[in-house]
Amino acid sequence: MTKKNQKGKPSKSSDSGLIDITRKKFRWSDYLAEKVIKGTAFLSITIIVLIFFFVFRESLPIFYSAKSTEQTETAGNASSVQETYGEVTDKPAAPEVQETYGEVTDQSNTQEQYGEVKDTSAPADSVEKAYTVSAGSGFDDNRSALKSLLTKDWVPVSEKPRYGILSLIIGTFKITIISILFAAPLAILAALYTASFAGKRLKEIIKPTIELLAGFPSVVIGFFALMVLATFLQEIFHYETRLNSFVGGIAMGIAAIPIIFTITEDALTAVPKTFNEASLALGASKWQTAFLVILPAATPGIFAAVLLGIGRVFGETMIALMATGNAAMMDLNPFTSVRTLAATIGAEMAEVVFGDTHYNVLFLIGSLLFIFTFILNAIAEFYVKGKLMKRIQGK
Amino acid sequence: MIKSFKKNIKGILIEGLTLSSALLIIAIVVVMVTVIVIGGKDQISWEFLTSFPEDGMTKGGIFPAIYGTALLVIIMSVAAVPFGTITAIYLTEYAKENSVIAKTIRFAVRTLAVIPSIIYGLFGLGFFIKFVGTQMDNTFLGGQLKWGQPNILWASLTMALLTLPVVIVSVEEALKTVPKDLRAASLALGATKWQTIWKVVIPGSISGIMTGTILAVSRGAGEVAPILFTGVAYYVATLPSSLSDQFMVLGYHIYVMTTQSANVDKTMPIQFGTTLVLLALTFILNISAIVLRYRIRKKKTN
Amino acid sequence: MTREKIHTENMFLYYGSKLALNDISIQIPEKKVTAFIGPSGCGKSTFLRSLNRMNDLIDGVKIEGNIFIDDINIYDNNIDVVTLRKKVGMVFQKSNPFAKSIYENVAYGPRINGVKEKKQLDEIVETALRNAAIWEEVKDRLGDSAMGLSGGQQQRLCIARTLAVNPEIVLMDEPASALDPLSTSKIEELIVQLKEKYTIVIVTHNMQQAARISDLTAFFYLGELIEFDKTKKIFTNPDKKQTEDYITGRFG
Repeated sequence: MTKKNQKGKPSKSSDSGLIDITRKKFRWSDYLAEKVIKGTAFLSITIIVLIFFFVFRESLPIFYSAKSTEQTETAGNASSVQETYGEVTDKPAAPEVQETYGEVTDQSNTQEQYGEVKDTSAPADSVEKAYTVSAGSGFDDNRSALKSLLTKDWVPVSEKPRYGILSLIIGTFKITIISILFAAPLAILAALYTASFAGKRLKEIIKPTIELLAGFPSVVIGFFALMVLATFLQEIFHYETRLNSFVGGIAMGIAAIPIIFTITEDALTAVPKTFNEASLALGASKWQTAFLVILPAATPGIFAAVLLGIGRVFGETMIALMATGNAAMMDLNPFTSVRTLAATIGAEMAEVVFGDTHYNVLFLIGSLLFIFTFILNAIAEFYVKGKLMKRIQGK
Repeated sequence: MIKSFKKNIKGILIEGLTLSSALLIIAIVVVMVTVIVIGGKDQISWEFLTSFPEDGMTKGGIFPAIYGTALLVIIMSVAAVPFGTITAIYLTEYAKENSVIAKTIRFAVRTLAVIPSIIYGLFGLGFFIKFVGTQMDNTFLGGQLKWGQPNILWASLTMALLTLPVVIVSVEEALKTVPKDLRAASLALGATKWQTIWKVVIPGSISGIMTGTILAVSRGAGEVAPILFTGVAYYVATLPSSLSDQFMVLGYHIYVMTTQSANVDKTMPIQFGTTLVLLALTFILNISAIVLRYRIRKKKTN
Repeated sequence: MTREKIHTENMFLYYGSKLALNDISIQIPEKKVTAFIGPSGCGKSTFLRSLNRMNDLIDGVKIEGNIFIDDINIYDNNIDVVTLRKKVGMVFQKSNPFAKSIYENVAYGPRINGVKEKKQLDEIVETALRNAAIWEEVKDRLGDSAMGLSGGQQQRLCIARTLAVNPEIVLMDEPASALDPLSTSKIEELIVQLKEKYTIVIVTHNMQQAARISDLTAFFYLGELIEFDKTKKIFTNPDKKQTEDYITGRFG
């Protein structure tokens, strides 16, 4: 009989004896490998949960007054909630808070940061006037912060900070609409061409180009927009403010084209070939087939593509920081500067005091962005799956 | 006759319209590249690439930004590629095809892929810096502030999370090109499941792992939002020598220079030069990945 | 007197709720070639795969009854399946060499068994390739990729790969069905030689092949073992009418 080795080494079969199969062997490497692999795979789920948790966590404080001292609406409520908060690491004693506020005074020096772009739009800087140097004047009141959320003045650095995100939301929507109006038709039509009309040669030019565009860092697109596109568009449309939501929107549209194109193209090519053949066999021409049969059949996928394009633009930071003028205006004119939600986080987070109300509000904005894109993605997935299934299996 | 003529016109119009859309997109890309190349090509020189910035960024080179970018993506890859590969292995080799677990993980991966990059920055700040970092400081350094602040380690890890989905998707695609009967052959020879994965499946998917890594590196080199407040700086006098140092990167350099530098005229050539370097870098990486992926797909259809 | 190497008693196999193998009891002797024949879908491949527990890899497969190899029940809980598969090797319908060199393909089995020394591996590889009647053709290009071989050569390489692990039983699932007639006859010659050292069980849809090379033949139909006897008898004077109908080509 063959000798069995320990520690999971498979037994060698000797020449004369028969192989012994009757003892189940425990193989360490297999066991370990399986455990490690399974554990690691759950990481991606864990990460999402963690992101959710930690981003929200930092925004929670404004939902109850952890450190109110000013006259206006003092705390007194939500104290029960405080216990469940867990580690109260950012519930500093009063003196500590004061120290950090000392740093805040330096904000006066860094205010140029908020001014962002040089060649802006003088009128757009109405917000700057509201910036007063806050030399340790008073404590932030989280409840008033909460109340001010739905107002339109985003003035986080001032004697009476106001966190009105309405202008930011409007700005974000303005830009999103402009960019999608620009990018979606372009990308969808181009995808239609690639899927239905293009010869092999042209396909091999178009698709790699789109992939390259997808690889463009947003900083580079923002740079292009700031340096070239803004001037170019200003020559054509003759608007006053050089950097505005129109420029930013076009630039973001450029960034969104690849994703809308790719998903639309996938949707179009996923339409069963039999549809194509049936239509042609009935005497329809190529374009009729493409436009009247294939395109409608791919609608769920195209819808998903646009949704994902919206998601991409909604959260885009660098292009917004570089090409939109960064002034929180609240009008519907595409040719005025805007400030988006993402840009606000990007611009201000580095300067903010940890644990400050401003800090919390920025995290709140981040949470909103997270939820929004999450929902967008979920709709894209489930809607597409649902509708697609129905179509392919027959209504 | 007129009807079919009208139909033809319609057809030509539609085909023309869609073709022009495609051409317009190509034109935009070409214009962007051309502008940047023209604006920046004169800047590119050996000195530019290897020296430090001087005189408030109006002179000198961008070496620390290149160095920082490289260091960032290396640390990022060390974190992201193994985790991503292992997750992909789980999905294709261990999980049952339509199990709840597999579907949940895939949904999680797709969600991660669409989260705005700035959110990763927030997470990096709230989790890595303020949670892990301060815990590390409290446990190992008695409260002294070292790890609880932005540095290259946290920035790299944040970037690794961002690029994790890219790695997972690429590796999964490559794993699937290994035919099922190769696994069967290995098992029929008396190999264990792990031996089969290690000696047959993974070697057969190396190109996919490489593709995923290259794509991740390309994104990591170009993204700026996740590192805005997790470690990057506009000017650091010395190259980062430890994980707790801050660092410079090309993308952030471009951003700050173009929006906040005091002397736009003097820095403009450098702006273009830096942008050209970044663009060239991502181009090379993306093209390599495209070529690799093309080879993988060819192998599959063979 | 030849011992029964493999014997099954009242073996049933279910794919989910569907009965695929119905009460198979058979005794397969050592060091002979046993052929399984029958029309497509009759279960012969499924039964073959049960003998080295490759069916374990398919979800929803359930086995009842007993399969014994050397009087050991291979579906017992204590059985180490990995070692079982070293004892019972398998050659597949479509050749599936690894994307490695010819040498590495054959050395794969011994390597995972812990053989590390080059000299030993060289010996094993050469012996296996000789036993598979392909040594002369590849001895000068052992480092070349296995994918560069022709279909017939690849299949013989796969046989060599299986032999390198030194099994006692070699299961073959229609090994020549994807090959041209010349390669097929080479494989058939090989099988007849192999039975000196190994117990061979071969599934084939080619009746003439079964008649040519096997010592015993089992006829399967719709998941049942209809008849099992010496090949000569099955093909000249079968007991059951179904067998006769199949042999004479009335169906299948």
